[in-house]
Amino acid sequence: MKLTIERAALLKSLAHVQSVVERRTTIPILSNVKLEGRSGQLSLNATDMDLDIIEAVPADVVRPGATTAPAHTFYEIVRKLPDGSQVEIEHDAESGQLTLRSGRSKFSLACLPVEDFPVLSGGDLPFSFALSAAELKTLIDRTRFAISTEETRYYLNGIYLHAAASDGVDVLRAVATDGHRLARVEITLPDGAAGMPGIIVPRKTVAEIRKLIDETDGEITVSLSETKLKFAFGDAVLTSKLIDGTFPDYERVIPADNDKVLVVDCKSFAQAVDRVSAISTEKSRAIKLALEKGTATLSASSAENGSAVEEIEADYASTPLEIGFNSRYLMDILAQVEGESARFAMADAASPTVVREVTDGGAIYVLMPMRV
Amino acid sequence: MEAHDDQSPAVCRECGALGVGAGACPACGSERRAGHAELLDLSIAHIDCDAFYASVEKRDNPALADKPVIIGHAGGRGVVTTACYVARRFGPRSAMPMFKALELCPSAVVIPPDMAKYKQVSADIRALFDKASPLVEPLSLDEAYLDLSPGVRRVERPAAVLLARLARAIRREVGITVSVGLSYNKFLAKMASDLDKPDGFSVIGRREAARFLAPRPVTALFGIGQATAARMAAQGITTIAQLQSLPEAEFVARWGRFGRRLAGMVHGIDLRPVNPDRPAKSVSTETTFARDIRDGKALAEALAPLAEGVARRLDRARLAGRTVVLKLKTADFRVITRHHRLTDPTGRAETILRAGRALLGRQADGRAFRLLGIGVADLCPAEEADPPDLFGRNHNL
Repeated sequence: MKLTIERAALLKSLAHVQSVVERRTTIPILSNVKLEGRSGQLSLNATDMDLDIIEAVPADVVRPGATTAPAHTFYEIVRKLPDGSQVEIEHDAESGQLTLRSGRSKFSLACLPVEDFPVLSGGDLPFSFALSAAELKTLIDRTRFAISTEETRYYLNGIYLHAAASDGVDVLRAVATDGHRLARVEITLPDGAAGMPGIIVPRKTVAEIRKLIDETDGEITVSLSETKLKFAFGDAVLTSKLIDGTFPDYERVIPADNDKVLVVDCKSFAQAVDRVSAISTEKSRAIKLALEKGTATLSASSAENGSAVEEIEADYASTPLEIGFNSRYLMDILAQVEGESARFAMADAASPTVVREVTDGGAIYVLMPMRV
Repeated sequence: MEAHDDQSPAVCRECGALGVGAGACPACGSERRAGHAELLDLSIAHIDCDAFYASVEKRDNPALADKPVIIGHAGGRGVVTTACYVARRFGPRSAMPMFKALELCPSAVVIPPDMAKYKQVSADIRALFDKASPLVEPLSLDEAYLDLSPGVRRVERPAAVLLARLARAIRREVGITVSVGLSYNKFLAKMASDLDKPDGFSVIGRREAARFLAPRPVTALFGIGQATAARMAAQGITTIAQLQSLPEAEFVARWGRFGRRLAGMVHGIDLRPVNPDRPAKSVSTETTFARDIRDGKALAEALAPLAEGVARRLDRARLAGRTVVLKLKTADFRVITRHHRLTDPTGRAETILRAGRALLGRQADGRAFRLLGIGVADLCPAEEADPPDLFGRNHNL
């Protein structure tokens, strides 16, 4: 293989692909990126066996061929080459070395045989539909903060994507929860998604998809089966295994009859929570919300730091209530509410609280109170 | 220990009277006296019950007094928990497989441990310790450090006198013997108590400490186990004398933070105070199987009652832990420990069990295991644990 490529284009694609490569892996080939030069382009491929990204970059291919080279080293080299430079990549099958030339620099990298590189892609993906970058972004951004990091609850370590009916309308729903909070966001069900199985998209895949969205303006084609998922973004294709587990019945933890309603201005409420939580301990992050007809007070106290109180402007007309929340969880949710005001529906200090946007019913957040 | 010369102060271990020089006690005539040039200047003690469990059983059944007694589970895979001094003459030791102990000493009377009873006896002894000093640091059911410094001790008498009285009180009121180590720090007090077991009373003074330590193997030092000893041996170091000749900077360079403490220890310096409220660092429990287990499912099942045991103990102590620790011992006695840090501390058996099983799943690959244990570390008050969960207690849906 021998080809010449623009450093900027190579760097961009390499950045996407190499981030899939695990820093610590016991299988040497998984540390490598697969490079294949053919018909006017260089295709870059990396995988961790659960997630695979392949991306094509235009290149001037002199001699077609393929090999694999250490991903992080390759990336570091390209990153450090001067802006605007051209990179010549040559693989000599006999010596097994990959040579990179740019300006006065020359690098030789040890390669591993391309035949050993695992192939994850493939398999039958019976469901396929298109999403706009904005739609996919909404589904991810407004739920991913709630993904559980507790590995023993592996079935919560991702976003649950499934078709559902919301007030008689077919929707594509994304749900994530860590047991303390839950985020549920939906968009109109795209054509081709009807009848799709509910799937759990792993956190790492979510993060990689999210990076790719920012550089795409066009449509994204999603194809899936019960075990695999493929996102096609123009030049990049991401294939991922899905979490093999059952997402819990989340509907039953979204209360429908919470009648103590508080409406706040999102931004000023978030700022107040941020201020008052300065006093709560790093460990608990507990904050107390005291509600009475017409008034709402946020407070926090800790044995080490002292105490804080702030009255907030709020619309509350129900019976008095004192309820505790994890301030960080509260701010995570407020950051996702798109409208100006948020509506909190509560039952009591021990039951889940529902937060939604006043103007838009598409997103629902559930927050478990804390003992304070 | 310094030679007991005619000028050294001595304490009578029968009546607690102080005297000078060797020979019988001038007050009661007993020959059981302990003397040392620095006897009256030393105040840190380590008290260790002699073959504790076996001694308790012998106390409760005088017919066993002269018989070799081994505490442990007979048959199968049991190990020796304690061997009495009669039995030890034939070779059995703690932690030895029972079958081996019985090969060495076939006439031994094997008694299964009665932990509830030993705890009660331990509490009786503790009550006597508490009468001597408010600064008592128990290490286990059968040993403790006592700080008997002037101003700390409850009775203003030299530590040696208080210790002689204490050992006698334990013998008379509780019915078992202890070995006493008296020195100027914990590390040497513990070494001293081991010098003259059973029913001993040993003293290590400041002036002799370095000389006392020099010929001993490095494993005699607190914190040096098999692994460190092997690494030191690879560097040609086997005795404390060799360590004593190293400059202090070398300790830190070779052994890091531990090296700093080690540098003091080899010269008899240990600045750790006797800490009466040393909090528990972890809560754990383990079991040795009657037969090695290879099957992952059987191991996972065996983990359930252990996790419940840990949860019960946490509950009693109003504690919770954030890191779940799994312990396994292979058939060839290799110990494997694996940790899982939870997002929130827990005191619940099911959460401990779930994390433990996840860790176990990666180990249970067909190897034979003889021991399985589970516990939690990173302890915190129970109130900080298990925040309310949307999916309830049994969120393992």
